[in-house]
Amino acid sequence: MSIQTQGNTLTFASIDGDAGLKAALAMKRADIIDTVADSGMKGRGGAGFPTGMKWNFAGAEKGDKKYIICNADEGEPGTFKDRVILTEFADLVFAGMTIAGRAIGASQGIVYLRGEYTYLRSPLNAVIKKRRAAGLLGEDVCGVKGFDFDIIVALGAGAYICGEETALIESLEGFRGEPRNRPPFPVVAGYRYAPTVVNNVETLASAACIFVKGVDWFKSFGTDRSTGFKLFSISGDCAKPGVYEFPFGITVADLLKEVGGGDAKAVQIGGASGTCVPRAQFTRQMAFEDIPTGGSVVVFGPQRDMLAVAENFLEFFVDESCGQCTPCRIGNTKMLEAAEQLKEGTCSAEYVAELRELSGTMQVASKCGLGQTSSNAFMSILEHFGDEIMSRPVQAETARTPA
Amino acid sequence: MLVTQQEKLRADVTALVDRLGPGRSSLIPILQDVKRRHHGVDSDAMQIVADLLDIHPVEVYSVATFYAFLNPAAQGEFVVRLCRTVSCELAGKDAIARQLETELGIAFGETGEDGRFTLEWANCMGMCDQGPALLVNDRVYTRVTPERVREIAAECRAAYSGHAAERKEGYLV
Ligand SMILES: Cc1cc2nc3c(=O)[nH]c(=O)nc-3n(C[C@H](O)[C@H](O)[C@H](O)COP(=O)(O)O)c2cc1C
Ligand code: SF4
Ligand code: FES
Repeated sequence: MSIQTQGNTLTFASIDGDAGLKAALAMKRADIIDTVADSGMKGRGGAGFPTGMKWNFAGAEKGDKKYIICNADEGEPGTFKDRVILTEFADLVFAGMTIAGRAIGASQGIVYLRGEYTYLRSPLNAVIKKRRAAGLLGEDVCGVKGFDFDIIVALGAGAYICGEETALIESLEGFRGEPRNRPPFPVVAGYRYAPTVVNNVETLASAACIFVKGVDWFKSFGTDRSTGFKLFSISGDCAKPGVYEFPFGITVADLLKEVGGGDAKAVQIGGASGTCVPRAQFTRQMAFEDIPTGGSVVVFGPQRDMLAVAENFLEFFVDESCGQCTPCRIGNTKMLEAAEQLKEGTCSAEYVAELRELSGTMQVASKCGLGQTSSNAFMSILEHFGDEIMSRPVQAETARTPA
Repeated sequence: MLVTQQEKLRADVTALVDRLGPGRSSLIPILQDVKRRHHGVDSDAMQIVADLLDIHPVEVYSVATFYAFLNPAAQGEFVVRLCRTVSCELAGKDAIARQLETELGIAFGETGEDGRFTLEWANCMGMCDQGPALLVNDRVYTRVTPERVREIAAECRAAYSGHAAERKEGYLV
């Protein structure tokens, strides 16, 4: 099995998360939350919700049973940075979970690890065991009287939707991974209806870093509205795919230069539920205020058939929709049918206009983020590559993957 | 199913429930274990799990059929899952798919008659920088080439024909 990090050195490699844990445990709980809030850090899982605010909500809830969940479901196509973090920097993630537990008053942490990463379960459990032995988990963590915190690893079973936080919670409780209605939000009523913080792997690891290096250090990276550094998962048509660390605000063009993808005709940013950015827009920035992203970048070389790409994404969503609500279940099927019609050259321009309306309906009427975003990639591909798609010669199935 | 087999299954599941607790949260870990040991979750197994967790068997069925990795159908000793998502498609997964079908003698979605292999598609498995990627049970293979498909199949066959104890070591990571 080859696990590796290409690209530049990661900041995570130079930071001792347990120093951060000890620094945090010396603080008042409210000050821990304020520190994270002051850093301006937004969630690294994609949605970009301010982490300090999330911890604050959960901390304000009454109740002696609260939970910290580390979302290690990493199912978004083109995303693999959490795998590298869990492989190489698990201590940092666990330190971050423990800090979060202290901040909100939780005593139980759960890592929801995707089934595809089952091979990581034993190494992670070994790290947890070591931490217990070192007094970094268990009763009176680091000698702080009355602060008990422990972590378990739960395994997913092959369902992308379980990355959505309420579906993840349903799955942990032993049910089908079907997203819940919100409100109530997990910070109020999450796992077993107790206040629960669900954070991405990278968010938790980055939080631990803030307590070692300080808020000012963290804010020295990135932009005003997207502070800090970010891990990017880069794959597709480039010379050096892998996990890279860049500050938020880097332009698409600069990023492509680093990874050897200079001749790309487009990049998909944010995975299948993200957006397709054509060459003409490569001056745009990777940041929540411009192109929001969990860090997935798939590079498409000049020869790629963008309709085939759209079709691939739609097949993914048809397969992974939980089927609970109609706009998503039927909408994605209709989108996929349309992509097939476009391929055969039997889709009218009028129907394409209707698809835009359908996409709008899916965005507002779907229950969770999957249906709300699943048509975005197709729509942006149609927008930027409409001419290429409408004027293409009808292709045989076998021509889909160029050699 | 033979009574003795059913008894063995009941004993397996009882031991799991003792370890994990009889709460609903134990359902998925139990099904994962049953699936791993028995390569499927048949109706007897569902009934036994339902009895021990004190829930309706249809609840067990509904959960098992939701998750790709808990597929209750009887599957092969080795479930080979090839990633079909975008980065692996760009990396040439179609050639690997053809080679897998040829080497294993089954099409996608099928289980061979000898019960050794099941071939399936999977969605992105987080190995996108090293595609094409595939899983054989829990084991990940990356940068798979058509030649390596043959080696992977041979590795599995060797593990399969070995002693039961070695067999386990052979493919579990
Ligand atoms: C369909 C869907 C899939 C998701 N998958 C993941 C995932 O794999 N990992 C993740 O961290 N967040 C995922 N999310 C976002 C989570 O719901 C949640 O916002 C996130 O875990 C919060 O963590 P953060 O604030 O630290 O980013 C997904 C959301 C949706 C709608
Ligand atoms: S939007 Fe799709 S995935 Fe989300 S709840 Fe509705 S059907 Fe399920
Ligand atoms: S696209 Fe195949 S592993 Fe991600």
